[in-house]
Amino acid sequence: MAQPNPLTTPPPGNDTQIVPGHVEHTEAHTGAFPPFETSGYLAQLIWLALAFGLLYYLMDKVALPRIQSILHARAQRLRADLDQAQAMKTEADAAGVAFETALRDAQGKARDIAQTTRNTLAAEAETKRKALEQELNGKIAAAETTIRARTESAMGNVRSIAGEAATAIVERLTGQAPDRASLDRALDATAH
Amino acid sequence: MAVTIDPIEQFELKPLVSLGHIGHQQLAFTQSALYMFAAVGVIALITIVATASRSIVPGRMQSLAEVFYEFIADTLHQATGDGGKRFMPLVFSLFMFVLILNLFGMIPYAFAVTSHLIITFGLAALVISTVVIFGVMKHGTHFFGLFVPSGVPKPLLAILVPIEIISFISRPISLSVRLFANMLAGHIAMKIFAFFVVQLLLAGAWSVLSPLPLFLTIALTALEFLVAALQAYVFATLTAIYLNDALHPGH
Repeated sequence: MAQPNPLTTPPPGNDTQIVPGHVEHTEAHTGAFPPFETSGYLAQLIWLALAFGLLYYLMDKVALPRIQSILHARAQRLRADLDQAQAMKTEADAAGVAFETALRDAQGKARDIAQTTRNTLAAEAETKRKALEQELNGKIAAAETTIRARTESAMGNVRSIAGEAATAIVERLTGQAPDRASLDRALDATAH
Repeated sequence: MAVTIDPIEQFELKPLVSLGHIGHQQLAFTQSALYMFAAVGVIALITIVATASRSIVPGRMQSLAEVFYEFIADTLHQATGDGGKRFMPLVFSLFMFVLILNLFGMIPYAFAVTSHLIITFGLAALVISTVVIFGVMKHGTHFFGLFVPSGVPKPLLAILVPIEIISFISRPISLSVRLFANMLAGHIAMKIFAFFVVQLLLAGAWSVLSPLPLFLTIALTALEFLVAALQAYVFATLTAIYLNDALHPGH
């Protein structure tokens, strides 16, 4: 059984054939080795050029730019996300620092206010105390003046009382009232 | 009755729509062309349909597209530096095209487009012509300094320059033959070992040995998946390295 030329006769459906006896070995393969069958070369090259040309066009114009843009978009997205995360971290750090500064400021301010209040109150108390002291001192001075005046007037009364007592004593003892001049002399002598 | 197998038959082109002849050239829409367009469709599905939502958090298919993109972008950047970015569509398309076609070949009964030398040579020729055209456009005649190793005494250049030229010319050949041969050999080997299983099963008492080639077939299938991905990577990496010559032709 001769092998049919594939390009001129319909091909067999299967490449294993059950044939009687050893007949197939006696007949030569009439067609050339298919890859070296030059009669099909031109058509194969034409179909190759068309198919590969189509493939190249599709890859160049559609597929590769699209895949490249996908990869690029992904890389950019990752970078953007990382940048954003970094920015947020920086922001959070800044907020932390700002918070601490604010806290320190507030504490300082609170201390200042407390100090100022304490000083004001102390000064006010001092002023009040001084005013009171002054007032008391004035009252003391007035009281002393009164005391002195009273003492003086009392002292003046003592002389007349002593003169009267002396006159009464002398009158009782001698039966006669002493004269005014000797009484004054005697009083002056005892007063000093 | 005996079972016979033709390990070559799987590589035959099957015209789906015949379009006539030019000289002795057959013009037909073959299953090979169908697979190529199917590969374009699958790649568009992964890289365009799956990325339509442009999610920041990708789904499975979108991550797959992103993984491929970043993998090729890394490979290209390592080989060519910053100047190589403009070749990203070329290297990415080549990698995906070869990878998906190789993997299509791993589907049972499917056709491995990359097992045809003319296809791999077409891709390699595209790479090398890109290198030469871009190199000459960017650097003018200075591009041909690629063939003149610096710091070599003048008499030695007479030997070295032809060697450099031959090595440059052999690049598209090695690039295309490497991929073609890997896919071809792998598929033939898988088919032959799988066929051994059938033959041993039909060989009476010998059928107790049939698990051996079965295990080998399984191992080979795993290896072929590795080769399918690896060859796509090798193709893309070598493309990037050759493009580096166009960008920086100095030795």
